[in-house]
Amino acid sequence: MTIFTSLIAGLVFGLGLIVSGMANPAKILGFLDLAGAWDPSLLFVMGGAVAVASVAFAIARKRTVSLLGAEMKLPTARQIDRRLVGGSLLFGIGWGIAGFCPGPSLVALGMAEPKALVFVAAMLVGMGGFELLERRKPNSPIHAT
Amino acid sequence: MSVDWNAFTPGSAVAGGLLIGIATAMFVLLNGRIAGISGVLGALLKPVRGDVAWRVAFIVGLIVAPLVFMSFGAWPRLQIDAGFAALVAAGLLVGVGTRYGAGCTSGHGVCGVSRLSPRSIAATVIFIAAGFITVFVLRHLLGV
Repeated sequence: MTIFTSLIAGLVFGLGLIVSGMANPAKILGFLDLAGAWDPSLLFVMGGAVAVASVAFAIARKRTVSLLGAEMKLPTARQIDRRLVGGSLLFGIGWGIAGFCPGPSLVALGMAEPKALVFVAAMLVGMGGFELLERRKPNSPIHAT
Repeated sequence: MSVDWNAFTPGSAVAGGLLIGIATAMFVLLNGRIAGISGVLGALLKPVRGDVAWRVAFIVGLIVAPLVFMSFGAWPRLQIDAGFAALVAAGLLVGVGTRYGAGCTSGHGVCGVSRLSPRSIAATVIFIAAGFITVFVLRHLLGV
């Protein structure tokens, strides 16, 4: 059952990215181009998403299992460390270069965009490189979100 | 700073944002999970038994979204200006960065901000600021 709800959640998430225009790298770059002709749309997307999600997380926080009986796995990490800062910096630079972040790149892949395939392949190589580097450090925790 | 009123689409932005919020809400309430796409995808590269199928299902949902959207409306148009080398560089940076930073626009930007997590709010401020600076340097200093 959770596999089916996962599929639906991914689908609705993807539809949200398309409807909002966030699947389009040119629109993302329009937001990131503060000094040019600025498109603030992304802030409104985040506002709409956070408005709904914050209610859900307030409910989820009080529960130990989901409505379907799955374990409630919310992040517990709290420290703002070098990994978080450095990783987010690298991500932001990559985001600014092409206008793709992980979700929209997968949606664009579904549109059979050859450029999305190039981006996603490189992203998977980057993620795989991270796993290889982590494997050398047996005790370092991975905070997956 | 000047707002590009022709490109600015507040209505569809909020509508799409609400859909993203609904997806995030149902995912945490039904599956007990954070809808953080870099984490859902990245953990598949180090698969753990019993922890694979839901991840694949979520990714498949994202990938088939354009096909479902098309049955309601027009094929969404994308504009990808980056060339091959830029796409490779960007993909590598996004892949490594989101895993070290433990999240992306969805996991930190939507879920973490919704949970008022100081860690996620810091990450979101940092990657948006890095994006602003990167686009400024590329477009206005280097003229790419």
